[in-house]
Amino acid sequence: METILKIIRIFKSFLLDIGELSLFAGRFFKEVLKRPFEFKEFIRQCYNMGNRSLLLVAVTGFIIGLVFTLQSRPTLQEFGAVSWMPAMVSISIIREIGPIITALICAGRIGSGIGAELGSMKVTEQIDAMEVSGTNPFKYLVVTRILATTFMLPILVLFGDAIALYGSYLVENTKGNVSFLLYFNKVAEALEFGDLIPATIKSFFFGFAIGLVGCFKGYNCKKGTAGVGLAANSAVVFTSMLLFIIDFIAVFVTDIFYDL
Amino acid sequence: MENFQYNTESIIEIKNLKKSYGENHVLNGFNMNLVEGENLVIMGKSGSGKSVMIKCLIGLEDPDSGTICVMGKDISQLNHDELDELRTEVGFLFQGSALYDSMTVRENLEFPLRRHTKKFGVIKDTTPLVMEALENVGLANTINLMPEELSGGMKRRIALARTLILQPKIILYDEPTTGLDPITAKEIILLMISIQKKYNTSSIIITHDVDCARAISNRMILLVDGINYVEGTFEELITSNDPKIQAFFK
Repeated sequence: METILKIIRIFKSFLLDIGELSLFAGRFFKEVLKRPFEFKEFIRQCYNMGNRSLLLVAVTGFIIGLVFTLQSRPTLQEFGAVSWMPAMVSISIIREIGPIITALICAGRIGSGIGAELGSMKVTEQIDAMEVSGTNPFKYLVVTRILATTFMLPILVLFGDAIALYGSYLVENTKGNVSFLLYFNKVAEALEFGDLIPATIKSFFFGFAIGLVGCFKGYNCKKGTAGVGLAANSAVVFTSMLLFIIDFIAVFVTDIFYDL
Repeated sequence: MENFQYNTESIIEIKNLKKSYGENHVLNGFNMNLVEGENLVIMGKSGSGKSVMIKCLIGLEDPDSGTICVMGKDISQLNHDELDELRTEVGFLFQGSALYDSMTVRENLEFPLRRHTKKFGVIKDTTPLVMEALENVGLANTINLMPEELSGGMKRRIALARTLILQPKIILYDEPTTGLDPITAKEIILLMISIQKKYNTSSIIITHDVDCARAISNRMILLVDGINYVEGTFEELITSNDPKIQAFFK
């Protein structure tokens, strides 16, 4: 009985979180169109989030491309279908693995960073200080960060995809003596705009979710240093879950379009 | 503090202010007024509602009931833009200084300035205003430092400079000397007095520091259980025989 009550409590608090998050998102859409536009801060956030995540995304993408090709090669070889490797790897990476892995990495790197930064600003009264100086902290801190993650994530995804394909090429080149030109010709033959465009659109939503949840958790951080840690932690957990839900919806919608 | 010549015009008037957090009734009908040029000290035990009151006053918390009039405007009737405009006339010095730690001292001071083009116009070069504010607090040489490079006392001074840069008519101090050593605390008190004289500001000072209250107050209010317990000058209160009042000065 106690376990059931506990589950109900957790579910109730999850629903409350969703409700509050929706209100927070509503406020974002209201504020995003209002003047003044904090363009300088938006650019600074783009630089912070984009540029500083490049190395992490590159390393992860490279390893994924490498490992994915190494693991798939023996199976394809068994069926005499090694020549399909570039097509298989590129479609998997562009459509699914690239966006979701990059988004998960950014949820850890950027989402937790936003949660911790805004959380610590909240507990040290810096957000209150902005408000009493007549500045709209939501616009300056939240709107700029959500926009930055929304616009930076698709770029990071494309960059991560390219690096992953390069990693895959290196394996093919070493093991199968496939040239750069041949490998990427096969990739270009296999890929269509129908693979690239839904994945890129999906990445915008991933970026939006990372920024939104990170800001929501940080901005509503409870008092104390423990609250900051909790904000950073729950930002990552909540975002990761949300990313898979968005991914499921995106794949479902894309599938409908494919059928048409 | 030398004798204060009272005029009758209140620039802040709080009537029957009530605020609760669940079952915790923090403010239970607090009343207060502040006249122009006056330094009003509010003392009270921790949890007596001082900080909540000052946050209601600046619009950071919404009261449950009661009215707060600042410079003749009922803040509950103001929209967000009007409240922001009013806030340029009311400075707030936070207990923990609340400097923006991702910005330099210069950027901390420029931050409010660049956003109030209505009051100041579009300022192309903020350096003279920033330097003037920093010179007022004796820290002109810290302009390019980050907050983490400053001591507690310096942070408090920079926060005061950031408050002053908007040229407010009223300054609210939330425990300005808490956490500072006695010498630095005394420096901050002297700085507050000199600023008050220079700019003729009115101030509400929330403090536990008897020395601070003695040095700066024209009038004091003791807050007990969210309500005014007693009001008077420092001398009147310190000579009182009431054990509850005496407890504050021991």
